[in-house]
Formats: sequence, structure tokens, C-alpha cells
Amino acid sequence: MSVGQAQASGAVSSALGAEPLLQIRGLVKHFPSARGLFGGHVVVHAVDGVDLHVRPGEVLGIVGESGSGKSTLARCMLRLLEPTAGSIVFAGEDVTRIRGAQLARFRKRVQPVFQDPFSSLDPRWRVEQSVREALDALRIGSRDDRRQRVGSLLERVGLHPALADRRPHELSGGQRQRIGIAAALAPQPDLIVADEPVSALDVSVRAQVLNLLAELQRTLGLAIVLISHDLAVVEHISHRIAVMYLGKIVEIGETDRVFGNPQHPYTKALLEAIPQPVPSRRSRPAGLRGEIPSPLSPPRGCRFHTRCPVAVERCRVDEPAFTDFGHGHEAACHVAGAAIRTDRSGAPTGPADQGKER
Amino acid sequence: MRALLELEGVSVNFTTPEGIVSAVSEVSLQVGEGEVFGLVGETGCGKSTLATAIMGLLPNTASLSGSIRFQQQELVGIGADEYRMLRGDRISMVFQDPMTSLDPAFSIGNQVAETIRAHRPLDKKAARVRALALLRDVGIPDPERRYGDPPHRLSGGMRQRVVIATALANEPALLLADEPTTALDVTIQAQVLDLLRDLRRRHRTTIMLITHDLGVIAQMCDRVGVMYAGQLIEVAPVEEIFLAPRHPYTQALLRALPSAKHAPGELPVISGRVPDLSDPPPGCRFGPRCPHRRDECELVPPLARETPDHSVACWLSEATRRAAGGGARPSGAGDGLPSGDLDPRPLKAEANR
Repeated sequence: MSVGQAQASGAVSSALGAEPLLQIRGLVKHFPSARGLFGGHVVVHAVDGVDLHVRPGEVLGIVGESGSGKSTLARCMLRLLEPTAGSIVFAGEDVTRIRGAQLARFRKRVQPVFQDPFSSLDPRWRVEQSVREALDALRIGSRDDRRQRVGSLLERVGLHPALADRRPHELSGGQRQRIGIAAALAPQPDLIVADEPVSALDVSVRAQVLNLLAELQRTLGLAIVLISHDLAVVEHISHRIAVMYLGKIVEIGETDRVFGNPQHPYTKALLEAIPQPVPSRRSRPAGLRGEIPSPLSPPRGCRFHTRCPVAVERCRVDEPAFTDFGHGHEAACHVAGAAIRTDRSGAPTGPADQGKER
Repeated sequence: MRALLELEGVSVNFTTPEGIVSAVSEVSLQVGEGEVFGLVGETGCGKSTLATAIMGLLPNTASLSGSIRFQQQELVGIGADEYRMLRGDRISMVFQDPMTSLDPAFSIGNQVAETIRAHRPLDKKAARVRALALLRDVGIPDPERRYGDPPHRLSGGMRQRVVIATALANEPALLLADEPTTALDVTIQAQVLDLLRDLRRRHRTTIMLITHDLGVIAQMCDRVGVMYAGQLIEVAPVEEIFLAPRHPYTQALLRALPSAKHAPGELPVISGRVPDLSDPPPGCRFGPRCPHRRDECELVPPLARETPDHSVACWLSEATRRAAGGGARPSGAGDGLPSGDLDPRPLKAEANR
């Protein structure tokens, strides 16, 4: 992953110093599992204590592999799921457990975009109907107003208004995702939570949709939470990035800091594992052994210690707290931050480039 | 390098209710013994159809023409029995979803052992010993204990390792891997790619790797073929594809990769969309989207060697025009191919002048 992300990320986020739009504290979401062997309560620890904020007009990227809890976190942010514990405050209002009319109001301001636009569009409906439905459901404007708005929304996402008469199967994947985005924009939200919005798209189409998201963020002042397993996608348009592993955030900070100077061994491994489209930079052998443990019984101590190349004894016992590396760049690791540390046993040392930042 | 696999003028058409779909059109290429050849392209470019054709697994709705020679043997037109002898023995294949190759009802060990016994006169005991060695070889931890496990007890990454063990069971000369790591997480993908590299080093297996992921191509391949809408448009060593791509589509594809080089919202895009292959445009199928389009593009440009190991199918290429017999000399022919402009030191900078 390239280092100096020379784009405006630093400038934008400092201009956004304002109150967070979304503030999440101690968020937990557990799912009961049917796999309790001895009749005991077995619980999937999908999200297990997440603190996070999103500023107005900011793009926050969330990366992680399957089982990291990133999609569950997204569904909690959208209040499609009610959290088990913790709190979600949106624009100063606690929305953790709101229902009914309050929830409907919240949903106008926080809109989803999903990976597969096909599944969120009714195959029998014309595009016009699919986009208008969002407006109808929210009772925005008169019927005629709504019909007109559909046309301007389609233009907003770069589609010809004539497409309004088509049905989803007549559209390409990229066009369908634009429709999904148009529907999300319909109620003029402040925040869009996009879960793998470009994962199903080909390289050339992906670039178009990423450009659209970046442009909407800039011109409409939208905040976007972008969830993806694709680090290049996230790096490209996010101001800040959170890295998740097994239900927890392990590192968070401005994009160029997290990707340019990663502190958590998992972030480093993730960045090293990406096959770079540069033949001269052939990667070293895979840094991580083994696979992500089951969220049914996450490891004690640091959840990453079972695969961590630099774990020390303490990592098996104590859960690490966040260490601040400056400018809001934080990582939860016992080894990171401690200046190069040679354990008495000899082997594990801290990340070698530590000294620079301190 | 001796050619292990030679395709000449391979076309695949599908008969559908909407008409004839031209999925692969006149593809010619050679894969040398011991190399890793990558085939890259976006959805619908024909790369998987081509692999299916090589494996003799095209459905009845497909018609295949041209020539596919493997170890000097012509495969087009051979019988189903002959193909069955070949598959799993001298040629084998790994698919994106391991469950398409694994039988959910049988233990992973038995599946590897049965693949061996289908082609080799080994008794059950000997096949088991060999299967265990293979499972260990592909990194299944504690294979004696896992031997009897059904596939669903394994993670996605482990299943793909079993599929690779099955594919390698009879030491094939050619391994076709179609998006072998696309369904896997990035850290698991890195492990499986390591495994493929390692196996190739130890067994000298020739690998044809089919993927949409340019990162995987860059990391794994010796040579690369780029496909667009059924046509093979460029073939070159991997470094040249990435540093000095010649075809306008290859160039556009590489530029569209998200990177920190471009500010958010400013990724260069390819305008228009992939053509409908039941009614493909005449000539170069990238023509309608190509920024360098000219009248000659209505004719199919032949894939021709610009240099001994770099071929391109584009009317802007001198080689393509020569291969076409100089008849279709485009206006302003001296322009030459546009520069890839992806590297500060383009290998073929003179082409701009």
C-alpha cells in the first residue's frame, strides 16, 4: 500500500473538527447461537465493545476480514439491529433503542447502500418506482414533487433520466448500484452507510462508482461510512480508517497514518497480504499463520494473539487498551508503542519503525 | 521453452433464446512448459469459458471451433471417454468455490484417494498413504485426524487446500486455476497463493491462472494474456503488462485501479459499457469505448508480435498492421500506440515519438 496519500485527507478532517455526527460507545452485539452443545447459552460475539465516531462530511472506512464484525457494526449504525449493549448517539440524540416514529425520522437521515444492488431492487418494478418508493415511504413532498425528484436523483448519480422506465434486469451492475445510491440519497440523508458497495463490480465500473461516492461526499457534504474488505478501495476515498478483527477495532486513525505507518501487527499483516498490482514488488511469504478464530469463543487477552507474529506472554492474558500515537491514530496492542522491546525470552521484538513517531 | 498448450483460433459460441452469444472469438495463445500463465479480464470477457473449453467441459449449448493442442495432442473433437482419462490426470482444475469440486457426502481423504485410484492402479491402502502425503503437502494440519472429515467441517481456506491436493493427486502437467482465491479473505488468500508458488517450485507444474484480480496476476504470473469481450487483445511478460501495456484497454484497466495516485473522485474511468455478446460490434470489440478509435477498428485486428514476447491486437500497432498484410493502413499510421504512461521510465518510450 502506498504511503504518502497526498490527497486532501488531512486538510478535510481538520476542517471537520466539529461535533461528531455519529458517536458510538461500548457497542456490543451478540447473537444467540443454536450450537449450544450442553444446553448452555452459546453466543456469537459479533461486535464486542466498539468505540467510534463519524464527523459530518467525513468518509470513514472500516476494513476487516470475514468474521470481523464489520457488517454487524454497519447494521447497528443503521439501526437495522438493536445493539445488545452500548450506545449510539446521532446528531446529539441517543438512538440506541428508539422505535416507531423516532426510528423512522432517524432512517431519513442515515441511509444504507448494500453490496448487491439487485437484491435491494424489486425485479418487477421500474427504476422510477424503486427510487420513488424511498420518497413515498418517508412521505416527502407531494406525488408530483416525488416524480420530479426521481428524475433529478437519477441525474445526480450520473444516469440518464430515460432509465427511469427500465426494470433492474435491463441494467448493468454499475447502473443498478447507481440506482441503489440514488434511492439512498432520496431523503437527503446526512450519513450513508455503504457495506461493500463496489465488491460485486468489475474494476472499470468500480472506479466509476467510487468516483460517484467521492463526488457526492464533496458536493453534498455527506458523511459516508464505507465498509469493505478491499483495502485499496477504502484507502482511496476514506479520510479515516478503522481496522476490525474479531468484533473489535484494533487500529484507527487518518488514512495516511494507518496505512503509511501501521502500528498493530494485524494491520501490518493485512497490508502485506494484499497482492500488489506491481510485479517487481512480489510479496514475501504470508505473514499470518492460521485463520480467524470462531466468534463463538474468542481468545482471551488480545484476540489476535493466536496468530500474532510478535505476541508476548501478556497478550494471552490482558486485553490491550488503545495507545495514542498522535493525531487520533490509536492502536490496541501491548507490543506497539512500547519502544523496541526485547522480551527476556529473546524472540519477540516490537515493530522496528516505532521510534519515528514517538 | 516448449509449448505445453497451444490454442489456435479458438472460438466458443453459445446458443441462447436471445440468439448466438460469441463468448470467445478467435483466441490463439501458447503456454510454455513450467510457466505460470495468467489470463485476466473483467466479467464476461470469456476467460472462464476458455478454461472450460480446454477442460472439455463446455455444455451442449456451446459450439467450439479452432484447435486446442495439449502435449502435441489435439483435444478438439476427442471423445468424452478420452477427455475423462485426461482430466484429473494430466490436466486438472481448481475452481473459485471449493464446494463445486468436493462431494459433501465423502470425507476429504477419500476424495483425494479416489482421484488417485481413478487413474492409477493403487490399492486402497497405498492410495491412503499417498492421499495423506498430499494433504500434508498442501498444509492441512494433522492430516491423519482430518482424513475422515467431510468438507463442511473445514474452513473455506482449508477446503481450497483439499481441492488443490485433489488437483495435484496425479501430478498433472497442467493445472488450470479459475479464480482460486477470489472467495477467500486476503490473509488466507496470501497463504493459498504461497502454496501454489511453492508447489510450482517443487513439482514444476505448469499453471494457467485465471482471475480478474490484477494484484494476483502481478504476484503470481510469468506471462499474461488480457481478454476483452471474448477477444485476446494483449499477451506479454508480466512486467511489461504492468509497466508498458500497449493495448488501450489494458492501459485503461490499469489506470482504473484505486490508488493514492488519484484524488478521490478522480479515478480515470472507461466510458461506456461492455458490449452485448449476442450482438458484438464488428472488428475490435473495445472499439466503441476506445479513446483512439478510428475507421480501421471496424475490422478485427490480428494479435501480432510487437517484440518477440509482446503481442498486441490493435490497429495502432505496426505489428498488427503488418500481420494484416498492410492492407488496412490507418490514417495517421505514424502515431503508433499510445504510451502506457504508468511508469516514469516506460520501456517503450520510443513508441510515442
